Amino acid sequence: MPHLQLVGITKRYGGVTALDDVDFACELGSVHAVLGENGAGKSTLIKTMAGVVRPDAGQILLDGKPVSFATPAQANAAGIVCIFQELSLLPDLSVADNISIAAPPRRFGLIDRHAQRRRAEELLARIRCEDVNPLSRIRDLSLSRRQMVEIAKALGQDPSVLILDEATSALTAADVDNVFDILRLLRDDGIAILTISHRMHEIEAVADRCSVFRNGRHIDSFDQGARSADEIVRMMIGRDIEAHFPAKRERVDTGTALEARGFGWAGRLHDIDLRIGKGEILGLGGLDGQGQKELLLGLFGVLKNTVGEVTVDGEVVRLDSPVAAKGDALGIALIPEDRKTEGLMLPMSIADNLTIASLARLSNGPFIDGAALERAVADGIARMHIKVGSPDDPVATLSGGNQQKVVIAKWLMTEPRIILLNDPTRGIDVGTKQEIYALLRTLAEAGTAILYYSTDYEELIGCCDRVLVMYDGRVIRELTGDDIDEHEIIASSLNADAIADAIADAVADADTTAHGPAATAGDGPARRAGT
Amino acid sequence: MSHAKRGFAADLRIRLAQNTALLTVIAVFVLFYGFYNANHPRGFTTAVYIQNANEVFALAMVAMAQTLPVLLGGLDLSVGAIMTLVNCLASLVLNGSPVQIALGVLLCMATGAACGLVNGCVVVYGRIQPIIATLATGAVFLGLALFLRPSPGGDVDGDLSWAATNDLFEIAATYGFADDGEAAWFQPIANVPVPLVLLVVVALFVWLPFARSVTGRTVYAIGSGEGAAYMSGLPIDRARLAAFTLGGFFAGLGGLYLALQTSSGNADIPQAGAYTLNSIAAVVIGGTSLLGGVGSAIGSIFGALVLRTISFNFRIFEIDPLLQPLFEGVVLLAAVSLGAIRVLRVKNTLDLFR
Repeated sequence: MPHLQLVGITKRYGGVTALDDVDFACELGSVHAVLGENGAGKSTLIKTMAGVVRPDAGQILLDGKPVSFATPAQANAAGIVCIFQELSLLPDLSVADNISIAAPPRRFGLIDRHAQRRRAEELLARIRCEDVNPLSRIRDLSLSRRQMVEIAKALGQDPSVLILDEATSALTAADVDNVFDILRLLRDDGIAILTISHRMHEIEAVADRCSVFRNGRHIDSFDQGARSADEIVRMMIGRDIEAHFPAKRERVDTGTALEARGFGWAGRLHDIDLRIGKGEILGLGGLDGQGQKELLLGLFGVLKNTVGEVTVDGEVVRLDSPVAAKGDALGIALIPEDRKTEGLMLPMSIADNLTIASLARLSNGPFIDGAALERAVADGIARMHIKVGSPDDPVATLSGGNQQKVVIAKWLMTEPRIILLNDPTRGIDVGTKQEIYALLRTLAEAGTAILYYSTDYEELIGCCDRVLVMYDGRVIRELTGDDIDEHEIIASSLNADAIADAIADAVADADTTAHGPAATAGDGPARRAGT
Repeated sequence: MSHAKRGFAADLRIRLAQNTALLTVIAVFVLFYGFYNANHPRGFTTAVYIQNANEVFALAMVAMAQTLPVLLGGLDLSVGAIMTLVNCLASLVLNGSPVQIALGVLLCMATGAACGLVNGCVVVYGRIQPIIATLATGAVFLGLALFLRPSPGGDVDGDLSWAATNDLFEIAATYGFADDGEAAWFQPIANVPVPLVLLVVVALFVWLPFARSVTGRTVYAIGSGEGAAYMSGLPIDRARLAAFTLGGFFAGLGGLYLALQTSSGNADIPQAGAYTLNSIAAVVIGGTSLLGGVGSAIGSIFGALVLRTISFNFRIFEIDPLLQPLFEGVVLLAAVSLGAIRVLRVKNTLDLFR
């Protein structure tokens, strides 16, 4: 008998059917991957199990007995613990506080901080994150470390069903391996594990069984390995896909759009030289957290006291604020990493979000031109194929992929000549990803210069004309043409240690007071070197 | 061994970094208060300490009261009104036999807490923003205060008033223990001002246990991220109710003390407003974030101390009363700016908006 079983579950939001008469079951001692595009109903499915959403019809059975959860706490008490895509950590509280937040150890009725700390240390050790100090505030940790704390917190609740919603999308490669090892151990302990991921190779690495969802329906379930990746993708999008990535064309050099020489910042970026040609897609690779994000922020004028020289269209420019960067003189756009905080104003409407960066060109004097605004909104929605009910709905009502399309459409509206992308496909579905790849290629062919940071090596290989591999705030390798393959990228990302050590030794010899880069929040490269 | 040592040093560094705001406001207070005493003709004497402790107690309580809604991410505009209402009530009930007085004290405390609970109910069950909910309830509380005491006055037990507003020696002398305060063991603490003792008692035995309870932790969690707090299965409504109730209790203690200090009650509306605004200033000076989630009532106590010390200094230097609000504002602005110094260290301007 399956451990957890859903029978005839239906859930509607207004006119949209998120889950349509879904039957689903998962067994103890198995890793079960749930696959599907955005809006396929995966999130609603797990929210139903986790007590966040109450189904309109249908039944949940746990060990054959009907159950019903009014709150996440009730689901947790029944052993169903979910790690959500949106982090559920409290940024101002410490790691130890967060791990024990739901049921802290108590003495004389008060929270026993020593016991709480020991518990945090044990759980962090279990997932090999001894480098995280339980006293640190979550706010001060890197995204990858926060996600690991989230996993420790979930384990602390002794789950019988552990649900991971895109839980690996923020992790560094080494942490992903760690998490997979832990998942296998938990599975062998007899826990049922449900995982949602958009990364095919991760599913191949860890899943025992797969279920595909499309448009709120459960299409099929099968043992991992029974279907090819292509078959699965076809099942997910319900249509055949042609090439994964748009074809690259032979480029002719038509001049330089942006060039940086000796670019550096605050001990995190060192002496970076890069050149992006007009119509070129330049990739940024390497392990996560090696300064790629800082480089993009620096080129968008967000960082203070950068050193070195940046030229746009051959002229030296001052990058001191996003206002200057996006101005007509420079024409730079940055698609940020976190669409929920940096990309969108969630309570504002889709129309407002689309036009917020281009209001200057949609205005007559101080007043916004309503007709021009409407035209621009309609153009943006059509151009990116954004699925919206009404442009006046809050952008928060859209699915993740459509939200990301709004972010991209908003920046395209500024008619940028240089586009910086910070991991734009994180946590979005295959269909939308392919639309984005095609769009980037079209933009490049029209002469736009694109700097593309991605944590997914396949994207760098498929999309980019050249790839720069970064390590510890430096560019350590440039790959062109046929050299851009997974082996080269991974090899240079990892072998980077040797190169970086050599550089570090040289620096240390020259200046004994130089401080190591690994000091921040335990996300240093030293840990990753071994794996 | 070396590992443990490194762990301790790392822990200490993290703790210091997380408490910079509190340490700063303590340092500012020590500096200001030391300066005041050094320039006072009778500086560093028990008489000055007692007088100052008396002047600061009510504001410290109201600042503690304000801390709780601020930690939740809101503002409470009724703390001054609750203080005033309890002050008026106290001027009616703090007399008669010892039992009657004791019951009166309990009634005052309960009234403060009840007012806070009313605020909490309006916010939690009415789903109304704290700032506007308390603007309304505050007006109601002031109305009740005026009803209780249309004109200033009242009858407060003299012994209790005397004992509460002097040093420990006077308590012993008034109520006849420790050989009327002459016992040798009593001498080291005989000159400690009573309001200071009360302040420490409230901080240690009310605030600290609350901050370390699950309810208190939930208050911080709500201010830090309400969605995440909910998803973690925390008792959100209960924590909000508790926070407002405790806030009302603290404000009530302030009103109770004001009655003892002035031996009377006064439904003074401008005074209530001034206390409310000063409480917000004290909370901010004390390092509590107006966005919620970060800070503590201990910081707010020191914030109140800093605010009051600024006025003490005016008395010494005989600054024209007409200029005092101006100076007060400037000093306040400077004090609040201390908290903004971190902005200069921010190298990633995106961090300014986090």
